[in-house]
Amino acid sequence: MTWETVIGLETHAQLSTAAKIFSGASTAFGAAPNSQAAAVDLALPGVLPVLNRGAVERAIRFGLAVGATIHRRSVFARKNYFYPDLPKGYQISQFEIPVVVGGSIGILSPSRGEMRVNLTRAHLEEDAGKSLHEDFHGMSGIDLNRAGTPLLEIVTEPDMRSADEAVAYARALHALVRWIGICDGNMQEGSFRCDANVSVRRTGATTLGTRCEIKNLNSFRFMQEAIDHEVRRQIELIEDGGTVVQETRLYDPDRRETRSMRSKEDAQDYRYFPDPDLPPLMIDEAWIDRVRGEMPELPEAMQARWRTAYALPAADAQALTASRELAAYFEVAARTAGGEARIVANWVLGDLAAALNRGGVEIAHAAVSANALAGLIRRIGDGTISGRIAKDVFEAMWQGEATGDDAADVIIARKGLRQIADVGAIEKIVDDALAANAAIVAEYKAGKEKAFNSLVGKVMAASKGKANPAQVNAILKQKLG
Amino acid sequence: MPGIDGTVAELVAALRAKEISSVELTRAVLGRIEAAQPAINAFISVDAEGALAQATAADAALARGDAPGLAGIPIAHKDVLMTAGLRTTCGSRMLADFVAPYDAHVVTGLREAGTVLVGKTNMDEFAMGSSNESSYFGPVRNPWNPAYVPGGSSGGSAAAVAARLVPAASGTDTGGSIRQPASFTGICGMKPTYGVCSRYGLVAYASSLDTPGVFARTAQDCGLILNAMAGHDRRDATSLARPREDYTRDLAQPLAGLRIGLPSAYFDDGVDADVAHAVDDALRAFRALGATTVAVELPNVGLSVPVYYVLASAEASSNLSRFDGVRYGHRAAHYTDLVDMYKKSRAEGFGAEVKRRILTGTYVLSHGYYDAYYLKAQKVRRLIAGDFARAYAQCDVLMGPVTPGTAYRLGEKIDDPVQMYLGDIFTIAGNLTGTPGISVPCGFDQRGLPIGLLIQGPAFAEAKLLNVAHRFQQATDWHARAPQGVA
Repeated sequence: MTWETVIGLETHAQLSTAAKIFSGASTAFGAAPNSQAAAVDLALPGVLPVLNRGAVERAIRFGLAVGATIHRRSVFARKNYFYPDLPKGYQISQFEIPVVVGGSIGILSPSRGEMRVNLTRAHLEEDAGKSLHEDFHGMSGIDLNRAGTPLLEIVTEPDMRSADEAVAYARALHALVRWIGICDGNMQEGSFRCDANVSVRRTGATTLGTRCEIKNLNSFRFMQEAIDHEVRRQIELIEDGGTVVQETRLYDPDRRETRSMRSKEDAQDYRYFPDPDLPPLMIDEAWIDRVRGEMPELPEAMQARWRTAYALPAADAQALTASRELAAYFEVAARTAGGEARIVANWVLGDLAAALNRGGVEIAHAAVSANALAGLIRRIGDGTISGRIAKDVFEAMWQGEATGDDAADVIIARKGLRQIADVGAIEKIVDDALAANAAIVAEYKAGKEKAFNSLVGKVMAASKGKANPAQVNAILKQKLG
Repeated sequence: MPGIDGTVAELVAALRAKEISSVELTRAVLGRIEAAQPAINAFISVDAEGALAQATAADAALARGDAPGLAGIPIAHKDVLMTAGLRTTCGSRMLADFVAPYDAHVVTGLREAGTVLVGKTNMDEFAMGSSNESSYFGPVRNPWNPAYVPGGSSGGSAAAVAARLVPAASGTDTGGSIRQPASFTGICGMKPTYGVCSRYGLVAYASSLDTPGVFARTAQDCGLILNAMAGHDRRDATSLARPREDYTRDLAQPLAGLRIGLPSAYFDDGVDADVAHAVDDALRAFRALGATTVAVELPNVGLSVPVYYVLASAEASSNLSRFDGVRYGHRAAHYTDLVDMYKKSRAEGFGAEVKRRILTGTYVLSHGYYDAYYLKAQKVRRLIAGDFARAYAQCDVLMGPVTPGTAYRLGEKIDDPVQMYLGDIFTIAGNLTGTPGISVPCGFDQRGLPIGLLIQGPAFAEAKLLNVAHRFQQATDWHARAPQGVA
C-alpha cells in the first residue's frame, strides 16, 4: 500500500513597519517588557485602532509579487477569544474579505521538478503579546511589546506532496518576502513563522484525509523533521486500524516528534464579525500603480531571464535568487566576466558560498567582490591559470592578499602562477619526469592504465601546477604512445 | 445678572462682562451639586479642587482678555468619557477605581474651550439601560419627581442639567441615551451625526452606534457646546474629516417653508395620549411659524428595536471582553486558575443588564447563528437607512415624540427588560442610520412629568436641527420651566 502526503502551509510574516499596525508604538525587537505598548496595545478603555497604511502597502507589494488579486475593498474583522496576552479579548484580523486573494509561487520540487504552489489568500492582522511562564514563580508574566505588530498571514492551497516541497516553498516564500522588503525574515525572532497542515491518503484517492495542523515550525530543518514525523505517525496510525483526529499539534524539536495540543472539539468559536472601529480598507488603482512602480525585478522574472540569456540550469537560477544581494552579486560577476555565465554560477554557488558559510559572512561583506571574482574567472577563460590554480588564487584573494578588481592578476603575478605556455618547456618537464619514474612507465606499458594519471600528477607537481593539464596529457600520450 | 441658573450663552456674557467670576460660579455649582446629591444622585465623582483650579485659570484668562469661547463655564461629563487623572467608572464596579491617563477627544475639546469640569455624572452601567437603574453607584432620580427615573443611559447628565446643577453636560447616545433622558427631564439633548464627534476616549458599548453629544436647556447652548466637542480626530478611524463648522450659525433663520415629515409609525396607538397631544401642539406651533407638514412612511422602522438589540449586544459582547481582570479593573480576590479568574472577575464586576447583553451578543455571533441574527440585522439596518433617505427626499426634518410615554417609576420596568427596550423605539433609528436628532421640551403630562419632541434630520443637519429647535424655543417656554425646589 502506498501513501500520498498532502501539505498546506500557513505563514505569518511580520511586516517591516517601524510602527505597529493599529498604534504608533515601535515594533523593534528586544526592548524591555511592555516598554513598547501604547494605550491601544494595552487595550485601555476608550482607545481605538487606526490602521497603519505602511502595512497595507506591504500587503499590496506581496500581492503584486505573487500575481494575486488585490481586493479594492477588504474588511477587518474581530476574532474573539480570551487569553491574557490578547489584551482586547479579540484579535483584529481579516476574515471574509482579505486584502490579497490567489496568486502562486514557483518552486523546484526534488521529486516533481518545477511546479507552482497556489496561494489561497493573504490577510493583514495584528500579533498578540507574549506570555512568560518561566520567569515568575507560580505566576505568568505578560509582555505586550509584540501585541499589535503587523502580520501578513499567507495561506497556501494543499498543493505540496512532501516535506521537501513544503520546505522548498517555505524557502522560496522566505526569500520573496525579504526580496520585496516586506519582512526581515528573522526566524529566531519570530518574524517568519510557519504552521503546516498535514494529511495522508492512499495513492490515487481523490478526497483529502483528515489533517493535523503542526505549529511551532521556526526553522526549515524543524519543518522537514516535523512533517516527516507527522506523516509517519499518521500512516502508522491508519495502518494499525486507527483514524487521524483533526487537531493542532506542536512540534518538539528535542524529542523530534509532534504532540497533541488541542483537538477540534476544543476549537473555539471565534465569533468573527466586521470590526466596527475600522471602516472597510479601500485600495485604489493609483495606490496599486504607485506600489507597482516601486517594485524591484522579481526573483522568478530574473530566473527566467538568466535561464534564457545564460542557459543556467533551473536549480542554479533558483539558488542564485535566494536574496537580492546574491542575485546582484552574480549579475555583476557574470556581466564583468563575460563568456560562460554557468562557470560564474558555479563559482558563486561553490567556492564563494563555501567561503561565506565558513566565515558566517553575509554576501554584502564578502571579502572577494563580484568584479574581483570576475577578474579571476577571466584568467581561467584565457588560459592564464588552470581551474586548480584558480582555487588557490581565490583563497589568497579571500585572505586579503590583494584587493581591488585586479586582485587575481596581482596574486598570479606575485606568486608566479601563470600557466607555462611554452610547449618546449613542458616537454622538458615531461621528459625529466619519465626518466625519473621508469618503474611507473613500465607499469603503464604493462597495461596498467591508472599509471598514466600518476605520471600526469608527477608532471604537474614538477611544474608546480603551472603546466596546462590538457597539454601535459597530450604530450604524455604522444611520448608514451 | 443671570447667576447660577443662566444658560451657557448668558453665563458666557456675564463672565465676559465680569458680572460674575468663574470661581464664584463654580463654588455655587459645587454647593448645589452637594445639596442635590442625596436626592438626585446625579454625580459619581465631583472634583471640587480641580474645578476651582480651572475656574481660577479661566478668571485669569478672562481678566487678560485671551480667554477661549467657553472660559469659566462649569460643565459635567458622563462617566463613560475618559478624563485624565479623574476616575472614569462607566457606572460599573468593574471600573470603580479606574483612572485614565488621557482625556477623551470631546473632553479635550471642551477643556481647550475653557470649560470648568466639575465632575462625572452617573449613568447606566456601561451605558446599557434606559432608566439609570443599572448603575453600580445607585439609581439617578428624576428632578421633577424623585420617585421617577430620569431616563438613561445618560441619566446623571440629564438630571444635573434639569436640576440646574450645571448649565450643560456631555452624554453619549447609542440607542437614545441622550434624547430619551432629555425628554424625561425636560431639557434639550442632542445626538449629532455619527462621526462628527470623536469616540476616542469614550468607553465603547456599541462602536457603530455610540455617539457623543450634549445636554443643555436650550438649542443655542447645545450648539455652543457642540462647537467645542466636534471635529476630526486622527485617533478615531470613524471620525469624519470635515471642515469645522459653527453649529449656531443658522439659529435665527426663519422657518417659513420648512417641510416637516411626520412618520406614521411615530403617531400610532402605542403613544400615550398626553404625549400625542403635546406633540400635536408643538406641530401647531411650527405651522404657525410657517412650516408645513407631510406624512411620510418608514416601513421598516418598526424593526429598529430588535435590530438594535442584536447589533448593539454583538458589539458589546466583544467590546467588553477587555475587562478581564488582567491589566486593570476589578479582579476577584480569590480564584483557582486563569479561567476561574476571568469568570469570577467578570461575574463580580458586571451587573445584570451588562451580563444580559454580553450573553445576547455572544449568542447572536455564535457559529450557526451569525447569519440569522447579526447578518440579517445588518441587512435590515440598511433597509431602515433607505427608508430615512427616501423620507428626507420629501422633507427637511422628521418630527415625533421622543418616547411613547413619559418617565416611569423607579423599579417599574426593571424586571421587564423588553418593555424597557421598547421605550427606545423612536430614537434607535437615528443611531442605526447615524443621523442627528435633538430632543426638545414640548409639554408635561398630567403627573407633571416632561414630554419631549424629537426632531431628526439627515446626516450633517445639526445646524438645521438647532435652528428648528431654537425657533420653537423662542415661541414656547417649556424649557424655561424648572422642577420644584429648583431655582
